[in-house]
Amino acid sequence: MSLILHTRPSEVPARAIRFTHTFGLGGIALVLFGLLLFTGVLMMFAYEPSPDRAWNSIDSFQRDTLFGGLIRGAHYWSANLLIPVVVLHLLRVFLTGGFYAKRKTNWHLGLGIAFFVFLSGFTGYLLPWDQTAFWAITICTEMIGQVPGIGSAIKSVVLGGSEIDSATVINFYALHVAVTPFALLALLTWHFWLIRTAGGVVLPRRASNDPQAEMRTVRFDPDLLFREAVVAAVAIAIVIVMAILFGAPLGDPANPGISPNPAKAPWYFLGLQELLIHLDAVFATVVVPLCVIAGLIAVPFLSDESEPAVDWFLTPKGRRVAIAAALTALVAVPLYVLADEFAIGPDGWLSGAAPVISHGLIPLAILLLGVAAFGALVAKYFAATRNEIIQAVFMLLFVAFAILTATGIWFRGAGMSLVWPWQT
Amino acid sequence: MAMADLDREKRSFLGRVMRVLGGVALLEAGWVAASALLPSARQEARPEGPGVIVAGPVDRFEPASVTAFADGKFYLARLDDGGFLALHRKCTHLGCSVPWKEYEQRFACPCHASAFDMHGDVVNAPAPRPLDLFPVTIRDGIVLVDTTRLIRRKAFEPGQVARA
Repeated sequence: MSLILHTRPSEVPARAIRFTHTFGLGGIALVLFGLLLFTGVLMMFAYEPSPDRAWNSIDSFQRDTLFGGLIRGAHYWSANLLIPVVVLHLLRVFLTGGFYAKRKTNWHLGLGIAFFVFLSGFTGYLLPWDQTAFWAITICTEMIGQVPGIGSAIKSVVLGGSEIDSATVINFYALHVAVTPFALLALLTWHFWLIRTAGGVVLPRRASNDPQAEMRTVRFDPDLLFREAVVAAVAIAIVIVMAILFGAPLGDPANPGISPNPAKAPWYFLGLQELLIHLDAVFATVVVPLCVIAGLIAVPFLSDESEPAVDWFLTPKGRRVAIAAALTALVAVPLYVLADEFAIGPDGWLSGAAPVISHGLIPLAILLLGVAAFGALVAKYFAATRNEIIQAVFMLLFVAFAILTATGIWFRGAGMSLVWPWQT
Repeated sequence: MAMADLDREKRSFLGRVMRVLGGVALLEAGWVAASALLPSARQEARPEGPGVIVAGPVDRFEPASVTAFADGKFYLARLDDGGFLALHRKCTHLGCSVPWKEYEQRFACPCHASAFDMHGDVVNAPAPRPLDLFPVTIRDGIVLVDTTRLIRRKAFEPGQVARA
């Protein structure tokens, strides 16, 4: 116990432990990761990674093993909560300016951790070997295969051949139970070490009128430790309640001959699948994702370090601009989705033209012009600073992608046509 | 040369050697890992697919009919004029299996609403190209389909049809 306590400071600034400063998202992610390791190892004792045995081994684990259903349910819900928690953690760090100076490396490290979290979710998705799993991974690997040039080579390495079969299950199993957990353990250790060397959680760099209050510290034990324990206990309780109430779904065993309708990717990739409906494959699977990743990596380099962050959203004006950005996305993205379905149609923007132009360059140009126009408007109307503009564009794209994901999850029915959630 | 200088030189030389050797070791480890993951090496260890499938005598298939072969993952289409096409059942969009809809006379993909006619040609986007083909040969009135070779095509052409 004292060894663990040694990894933490003995005193922390009083301002740092306010719950709404971080919402405890990083800590919750760590708790979920711990739950995933524990329940995952338990399931490894039962799981057989082969197309013939996978589904049966999980089915009998849920039925015959004491608390088997609960263990798998906890694994399932931890995984499904971990992804939004990690994404929200990234959003929190961005909006509280936790990527400057000493924290630059840690921002990039965090992106690497997010990559492995997604890889872990993706590889775990196939293992139950039910219809949902099989077809979701089929669609995702075909999306990889559409990357021009190297796509089909990557796809065949991922699949271990040309189709999803025993080599694929073994690949995914090894990645899921060995590669991603060890990579995450190593990266997380580094992540926490860098937080410690940067002096703990990021704090607003403001010129305060009450320096005494700013400097005040509290003991780690019990003030912060107690709060962390409460957050952890609540997170665990939520996972267990979800596991008891809803469990983890296990559909019919995978049948390569029959695709379910609709067939969807794992829910956290449905934003990409939704993009694929509106954009040409090259743009949806390569250009846009690469731009987003490059943008995330570039965040610390684009921002102006001399501008002090006051708190969340930099400044009160920054908050207004960010809310304006979120509202813009909230209106513009559904309008585009509806327009594409009913007005623009399958011919795209220029009927008769090559799909690269009608479903690629034209919508991409519209998107870029829209973002640029938004940035210019914000700069003019709000007299926003560079950091506030970057933050607004980040919010715009973040909310846009969240809406695309929600559309893919709840508003796409048979044949991927638009439906109301209660009609599916 | 002073003793200390010589010492430092030796050490920096040894340091360089260690770094080079370390780099070589990393490359080797990477090469071993890559060759373990590359599918070509692994495929040899596994038995091949069904290979050449004997579909049956020509007369068993009515003209303008589609017959599913689950083992070979293809549909054998006999066209109006009596020619044969073996269509891979995998949608060319995102890889779902396309069922044949008898009453609509087309293959309708359940995933993203792509549709193909009896020749495998796209009648409804987003599928980018027609269904892939397996080569069909007809020997002594028996239809044979070679499922080891998949043919991609841009559009249906009469040359793709096998005739008795």
